[in-house]
Amino acid sequence: MKYAYYPGCSLKASGKAFEESLLAVCSALEIELAELDDWNCCGATAYMAVDETKGAALASRNLALAEQTGLDMAVPCAGCYGVLLKAQAMQRKYPRLADQVSVGLKAGGLTYGGRVRVKHPLEILAMDFGTKAFRSRVKVPLKGLRVACYYGCRLVRPESPFDDSHDPVTMDNLLKSVGARIVDYTLKSKCCGGSLTGTIPEVGQNLCYQLLKEAQRREADVVATACPLCQFNLECYQKDIARKYTDLKPIPVVYFTQLLGASLGLDPVALGFPRLIVPIEPILRERGIMAKAGTEPAKAGV
Amino acid sequence: MGSIQREIRLESDRDPGFADEIRSMPGCEHLDRCIQCATCSGVCPLSVYMDHTPRRIMELTRDGFKDDVLRSNTIWLCASCYECQAECPMEVGVTDVMVALKNKAIASGVAPKDVPTPVLAREFFRMVRETGRVSEGKLVQRLYLKTGPAKFFGMIGLGRDLMRTGRFSLRSERMKRPEDLQRVLDGTPGVGK
Repeated sequence: MKYAYYPGCSLKASGKAFEESLLAVCSALEIELAELDDWNCCGATAYMAVDETKGAALASRNLALAEQTGLDMAVPCAGCYGVLLKAQAMQRKYPRLADQVSVGLKAGGLTYGGRVRVKHPLEILAMDFGTKAFRSRVKVPLKGLRVACYYGCRLVRPESPFDDSHDPVTMDNLLKSVGARIVDYTLKSKCCGGSLTGTIPEVGQNLCYQLLKEAQRREADVVATACPLCQFNLECYQKDIARKYTDLKPIPVVYFTQLLGASLGLDPVALGFPRLIVPIEPILRERGIMAKAGTEPAKAGV
Repeated sequence: MGSIQREIRLESDRDPGFADEIRSMPGCEHLDRCIQCATCSGVCPLSVYMDHTPRRIMELTRDGFKDDVLRSNTIWLCASCYECQAECPMEVGVTDVMVALKNKAIASGVAPKDVPTPVLAREFFRMVRETGRVSEGKLVQRLYLKTGPAKFFGMIGLGRDLMRTGRFSLRSERMKRPEDLQRVLDGTPGVGK
């Protein structure tokens, strides 16, 4: 299995642990992710807010590059994933916009024929590779680990090619199959506030508080995410949020690929565990998933 | 009981062409299907903070109250989570209308200069054109310089955590050949650089 890999900007910076764990898991499963040469930023919601047409062209340059490879595209960042799907949907639906985009691409020596399949690693691992096949590779079942699966918004909305836009279950099923106990988490597709958590903290951090508090109420050991912005908001602002909402206790927030990697018995450093601000090792040891020896968490490379 | 007030809008406040302008933008063609049921306002996690709820924005937009809509904080509180659009029983592209309104507010220069969200959007837009990618550290730096450097000091703890875990850098992420992207952007019709 081979995919054209589009990491996006966050996976090269604050979301490094997502890239590290994804690459480690895929390499263990012999899924090849070939990074697109000289990809550009997807534009996110910010670029579309300024100019939708140029935003569509920006995103489509990556689609055009992927199309040249003839491979399906693997897009881990839910923000990028949502934008690329939107750029595709807009071109299918609005011929005038599609013309404008192709004029732009042509100026850059590219064409896009609308043939790329954009896939999130959740879809790749659960459907293409298959939950059953994955289960057969598990070395360390995540037995007894209580996980709240948090999908966020752009992975499943406005519409998802592989899951329900309101009550998605792909991550639940995948993590259940490796032994985790999935808690009922009804806020699973509610918004984390996106960049508002940084720009208008009193508003964004309140949304994050509600998500974390609900996970705590459901007695989750850990929140699993599939998006670098969700992970950042729920983990990195946790201390700030807990100062304001004092009933909140620290809870690790990880990428679903980090948990999958742990179940495959992969090295914690290769899975980006040292990049977590709220460490996950204590709960993994408590549940007997990780050996008690060598209690000193490894240092992150910068 | 306090004083009773009511704001009255006048026919002269309306811009008759505005609704058509918005309806012509991608995802906005079904604006008139809106039955004002307020499902959008109900599911929106941010509507409690907005000066007009999404339902009111739909009505004000199709009635042509351009100024109320483009100057509202609503469009800059919208996080584009698409919940309103996914849940709308009439399949109105509520989030897409919000995006169209953001485009109009920025193009007509009425987007607030001191609210961080539109400032972030413009800085992001500029950075992507320059380097082809977004450098998170640099973007945050520019944002605080423009919207209130004092806030930066509230972020020191977070910055330290990110440094310690190797997740923060002021190094510029860039394409090998940003000019490849610039040709595409400049060749696409739109608002300019």
